[in-house]
Amino acid sequence: MIRKKKETKTVNIIEAEQGKSYLQLVWRRFKKSKMGLLGGIIIVILAILSIFAPFFSPHDYMEYDPEKAYCPPQRVRFVDADGKFHWRPFVYDLKLDIDPVTYSRIYVEDTSKILYIRFFANGWNYKILGLHSNLHFFTVEEGSIHLLGTDRYGRDLLGRIFLGGRISLTIALMGAIVTVILGSTLGIISGYYGGVIDTLVQRSIEILQSFPQLPLWMALSAAVPRTWTSLQVFIVMVMIFSFLNWPTLAREIRGKTLSLREQDFITAIKEMGGSDSRIIFKHLFPNCLSHIIVVLTISIPELILMESTLSFLGLGIQPPMVSWGVLLQGAQRIEVLGLYPWVMLPALFIVFAVLGFNFLGDGLRDAADPYSVKRS
Amino acid sequence: MDNVILEVDNLGKYFPVTRGFWKEIVGHVKAVDKVSFYVEEGETLGLVGESGCGKTTLGRCILRLIEPTEGKVWFKKNDGSKVELTKLQLKEFKEFRKEIRMIFQDPYLSLDPRLTVMEIVGEPMKIHRMAKGKDLEDRVKKLLEMVGLKAQYMRRYPHEFSGGQRQRIGIARALASNPRLVVADEPVSALDVSVQAQILDLLEKLQEELHLTYLFISHDLSVVQYVSDRVAVMYLGKLVELGTAEEIYNMPKHPYTEALMSAIPKVDPRRKIERILLKGDVPGPMHSPSGCKFHPRCHYADKVCSQEEPMLRDVSNHHYVACHFAEQLNLRGIEAWLSKKMY
Repeated sequence: MIRKKKETKTVNIIEAEQGKSYLQLVWRRFKKSKMGLLGGIIIVILAILSIFAPFFSPHDYMEYDPEKAYCPPQRVRFVDADGKFHWRPFVYDLKLDIDPVTYSRIYVEDTSKILYIRFFANGWNYKILGLHSNLHFFTVEEGSIHLLGTDRYGRDLLGRIFLGGRISLTIALMGAIVTVILGSTLGIISGYYGGVIDTLVQRSIEILQSFPQLPLWMALSAAVPRTWTSLQVFIVMVMIFSFLNWPTLAREIRGKTLSLREQDFITAIKEMGGSDSRIIFKHLFPNCLSHIIVVLTISIPELILMESTLSFLGLGIQPPMVSWGVLLQGAQRIEVLGLYPWVMLPALFIVFAVLGFNFLGDGLRDAADPYSVKRS
Repeated sequence: MDNVILEVDNLGKYFPVTRGFWKEIVGHVKAVDKVSFYVEEGETLGLVGESGCGKTTLGRCILRLIEPTEGKVWFKKNDGSKVELTKLQLKEFKEFRKEIRMIFQDPYLSLDPRLTVMEIVGEPMKIHRMAKGKDLEDRVKKLLEMVGLKAQYMRRYPHEFSGGQRQRIGIARALASNPRLVVADEPVSALDVSVQAQILDLLEKLQEELHLTYLFISHDLSVVQYVSDRVAVMYLGKLVELGTAEEIYNMPKHPYTEALMSAIPKVDPRRKIERILLKGDVPGPMHSPSGCKFHPRCHYADKVCSQEEPMLRDVSNHHYVACHFAEQLNLRGIEAWLSKKMY
């Protein structure tokens, strides 16, 4: 990675080596952590599935299909009812029927027709990033392919989960970013200037932290008027998250700033005539960066869980907007859970997302401070 | 004395001590207590004293990293005129931060671990808008070569260097703004002895090449003897003696200086170790003795020493002492301790 540029003809001056940037140093150490890499891969997969949700869902998630309400997950098969092996995977369509014993609705596979799964085929139209397309990762020619089943309106759960990922992940990410910006700025200013500013910020932190969290979340979310647009609700949710989360980070950053402030290298900047803003932005902030990155990756899972909780309870994100928490609203009644357990599957994605970010955070914690000499 | 580059006049720094919830002021710690001296252009003035005597505080007061409580500091500008640094607003003072620089003690803590060497050394130039881009790079390369580092390591981080090399980076950073006066605050105290010698030689070489003036603060007497033209001795915030290195080390006139000289380690194993052992300890910062601050520990103290504080006065050709009995005492310099043979 160190590339020496060519030696020039001049006797003593050799071209400087190409240095490594902060990101390159962090990546080099991060690569060694298997957990971190695994977490990173999970997150990247979830992100791709969410961003390109329409591409990955074979069915239009707005499409109601009363004939397929509460349809269980269809099995992908390679061997048909006659015992014949097919190279191409396929599914059987599900038809509504009455159970002869209990007289309740059940779905039975229609083995008369083999529906081959087509990859990269045309399906329903959608728009993504401004482009129109009807290309899908996989779909079937006719009938339906509900790999994760459907909800009570017959809407494909797989597609809706991918779509829900957009809101859940974006809210968590944006909430974490705003939290970090607020928390680190206030923490550094409070720690650097001390005095009245410090006292004010610290007292505010204490007041905010003495509120019981969940009731406060709920109260603030319930106060959001129902008539607001989805975008407005989204922004308010992000603001509420940040408002309640910044104190912890601010405290930690303030502590770090207090210890850094007295060190000679900060005094040296003052000595050479550097302004306060130079010290804060070019010296204190970058030295807190490793701390901030780690808190960022830990805040995100917290926020995912928070959003899911609130939306599940009917506060926060409202239908028709879709998030994992909203999807779980369909799993609130015990009869539903008993008869149609697949409606709980959004929870699995929440688990993956939370685990992924936690693993990532673990790996980053070790890698994020590449300037100290590692004592192995 | 027209070539005085820095003059310190009755400089004092008093830290208030508060007690109780209402932060009532019960006393003051006089870290620097009415210190006056001058530094001539091109010389090295050594400032010695034990830990806690106020020499670092004094250095920082000159640079206004700590604001002095009272007193004046005069600096001679390039055009020959004198400016009172202590009277300037911090904004106006910024301009002089180019000309008066500091070398810090701890090479491990005085460089921002997050920046490359080039960014560290180039920062003063950026702050004072002296250069940018390729021009800055070239200047940094030259500075690094001047302090004995290879310019190709410009883009490495401080933790990749040894202590001695880091101190050289610190020196390069101090020279980046073309200073005329450099306050070196214990620049070699954190280094191994062999490395100390290299750095001291480097500082001497740079002084010649760049016509620098040094205020060399240290608690290590042998180091100060090696580098200084004149030496100032501090005790408990007060300046007790000021003279040429020769005078201070060989013909001290203050009892404290005599005790310091006797304590310098000597290398000859045949000699019996004989030192002046001062009675008691350095008094706590709040309980300053009356009269002469040194009298409780002084072997030569008399009644007047506890009553009247001696002023710093010229006893022979710019050799200043703050002692009532400066003329009467016949004190021994290091030669005397060295030549005492006990077989």
